[in-house]
Amino acid sequence: MRGTTHARWAAGAVAVALVATGCAGNGADTAGGSGGAVLSSSWGDPQNPLEPANTNEVQGGKVLDMIFRGLKRYDPRSGRATDMLARSIDTDDSRTFTVRLKDGWTFSDGEEVTARSFVDAWNYGASLRNNQKNAYFFGYIEGYDKVHPASGAQSAGALSGLKVVDDRTFTVRLNQTFSGFPDTLGYPAFAPLPRTFFTDHAAWLRKPVGNGPYAVASYTRGSQMSLRKWDGYPGDDRARNDGVTLKVYTDSNTAYTDLMAGNLDLADDVPAAQLKNVRSDLGDRYINTPAGILQTLAFPYYDKAWNKPGAEKVRTGLSMAINRRQITGTIFRGTRTPATDWTSPVLGGDGGYRAGLCGRACDYDPAGARRLIEEGGGIPGGQVKITYNADTGSHKQWVDAVCNSINNALGDDGACVGNPVGTFADFRNRIGQHRMTGPFRAGWQMDYPLIQNFLQPLYYTGASSNDGRWSDDRFDRLVDRANSETDAGRAVAGFQKAEEVVRDSMAAIPLWYQNGNAGYSERLSDVALNPFSVPVYNEIRVG
Amino acid sequence: MGRYVLRRLLQMAPVFIGSTLLIFLMVNVMGDPVAGLCGERRCDPATAAQLEREFGLDRPVFPQQYLTYMGKVFTGDFGTAFNGQEVTELMGTAFPVTVRLTVVAVVLEIVIGITLGVVTGLGRGRPADTGVLLATLVVISVPTFVTGLLLQLLLGIEWQWTRPSVQDGTFGELIVPGLVLASVSLAYVTRLTRTSIAENKRSDYVRTAVAKGLPRHRVVTRHLLRNSLIPVLTFVGTDIGALMGGAIVTERIFNIHGVGYQLYQGILRQNTQTVVGFVTVLVLVFLAANLLVDLLYAVLDPRIRYA
Repeated sequence: MRGTTHARWAAGAVAVALVATGCAGNGADTAGGSGGAVLSSSWGDPQNPLEPANTNEVQGGKVLDMIFRGLKRYDPRSGRATDMLARSIDTDDSRTFTVRLKDGWTFSDGEEVTARSFVDAWNYGASLRNNQKNAYFFGYIEGYDKVHPASGAQSAGALSGLKVVDDRTFTVRLNQTFSGFPDTLGYPAFAPLPRTFFTDHAAWLRKPVGNGPYAVASYTRGSQMSLRKWDGYPGDDRARNDGVTLKVYTDSNTAYTDLMAGNLDLADDVPAAQLKNVRSDLGDRYINTPAGILQTLAFPYYDKAWNKPGAEKVRTGLSMAINRRQITGTIFRGTRTPATDWTSPVLGGDGGYRAGLCGRACDYDPAGARRLIEEGGGIPGGQVKITYNADTGSHKQWVDAVCNSINNALGDDGACVGNPVGTFADFRNRIGQHRMTGPFRAGWQMDYPLIQNFLQPLYYTGASSNDGRWSDDRFDRLVDRANSETDAGRAVAGFQKAEEVVRDSMAAIPLWYQNGNAGYSERLSDVALNPFSVPVYNEIRVG
Repeated sequence: MGRYVLRRLLQMAPVFIGSTLLIFLMVNVMGDPVAGLCGERRCDPATAAQLEREFGLDRPVFPQQYLTYMGKVFTGDFGTAFNGQEVTELMGTAFPVTVRLTVVAVVLEIVIGITLGVVTGLGRGRPADTGVLLATLVVISVPTFVTGLLLQLLLGIEWQWTRPSVQDGTFGELIVPGLVLASVSLAYVTRLTRTSIAENKRSDYVRTAVAKGLPRHRVVTRHLLRNSLIPVLTFVGTDIGALMGGAIVTERIFNIHGVGYQLYQGILRQNTQTVVGFVTVLVLVFLAANLLVDLLYAVLDPRIRYA
């Protein structure tokens, strides 16, 4: 009976394994059960550790927006920067700024917010050794090249341009004139940080502490975060609900299904597949409002064929061959708006948005397109290949549609083809190594609602996101001049002049402005999205 | 048997090394992971260089990166994911859920599959047999995501019998996803059992058992089924690994934060540490499940011995 005994042993092992796995896990309870006016909202796993200067995507940004308040805050409706913690930000020369703080602000753990809370946080964010992905935000501050050199080791621990004057005052000296600088300070990267962030970093990351209307009650990474209204919040934008539970969803379709089934209160990303039902499913509980996101087609100017005289006619011709209205209507079902300039409607007229700046170059005109492309010497290589990443964002659909539109306009089935790249990382990799041979997908989500942010990082010679390496002296000079203006209105007008240069040489083809969309349950009211397409959580009412 | 087990364990070593190396190379061939880390904009070169140094990406993939990685794996250090979490921590949350899902799936597969197989195998050609055969054909030919979305819609929204999404991953919540995950395998188990039973029904030992006057249920369970289960068991054994690694679709549909979801995220973000770590563990599970199946043969058929 040797066989049987051994076999029993094996069967026993299986049984033990089953029991062990059955009991394991499930220890994590449903943290913070929903009591009172707490709403649940869909969330995605943040890509980076949740630090203000290290968060560059919407999911992490959502949390920062709830638990932090900076010197300025962008009005959820107008997008205009208004003073939050700042009592005043003064300058005589657009280069040295004196920041004075309001009294009475503390972090949710009781620590006072002082000038040092800001200066230490900014020094941390800028320092190369902390690997902060938004470090370049501090690039305008004097001494940045010492704490974050382009290559080699850093030679200073702190930005020389930052000086604490007293508990409530500090000064910032920039390495160039930049009249819009105070308006950039609403970006989360400029948030103040409490001492515990520096003294016990790991614990802070497990449960971030900030100074916003909400405080983190519990955080199970990759699964959910419970935020509760902070009763001691001194600001005037106190939470109108008792808290928000952010739940990580594997897929936006599942979040939408849960919303339908009544298990979720707010889904802030309606999946493309549901857009055709969303009106009948939700009625006016569906929001579709413009966000500060512009989609464009960028060109490789390091490639001679795209940078020779006359090529701007080809680029303009291609722009005219794209039927934006039809594509946004059929493929995106109205969640995109055909672009007519290189900024975004969320800036508003005063902020620099000018509808129709693109003019006829952005209107669908097959005959004009054919004529211009011919005058410009034809498409380089006889065929346009639009490169995009195929892993996320259903880019294939619209790239195919754009190509189809171009082919129809030019009467040539082979004039344009899509060129998919497997992963986003590989796509970025090829862009970074300047291996593009034709137009490629580009998207720009604004960091702050300033016309400067839509132009300088993208088209200034050598700028951080100038992926196509476009360069134009006239544009650079106009941007420099606009930055040195002390009057906001004149600065905006200057940037619009610079934008005209972008238009005249069609540096990038503007496609459409992207909207933010969301759906919510009958329990909620006063739901709105801010210009960054993030729900304005503190204004939502429950019940 | 000790020697047999030892020999099998030794055979696993090259399989383990080969498969991890392949995955390691494949993930790294896809391009520079740091390039995708900074979102739509380019990482500034200094930060990118420092991140590469920290993750060891600046050295040649083979052999340096691979050897360092494997060296660490043997001490239980699977590295850090890009979001700053230890990969072991990710595993600690993902594997229990997926194991529970797999257990549900395998139990359903065995219980329903074998029951249906026995019923149809004993009564070949009857209406029940034809009906089940037709049903299994439908299940096999319909993709999992269709079955999943359909059940989610009907049970979760239309009839409100279950929650459409999984919250904590308890056994109760995992029954519907488990059924979806098991559906195709379940159909195969049914068909395998049916054929095997139908074949053995006419064998000598069954006839002997019947002639001895044994009650019918005893003939079926002790004599007929026991011998017919060997091919089924082989299938279920290999299926355990496949179910755990292949749950990506099911996990996404039902919002299960398990292995499939973590793998999907890891691949999307090109996170070498996560992908290689999870696949390494999956390979081990696969190998262990196969070994267990081989050892279990002896339970069913005492003639099978290991030396």
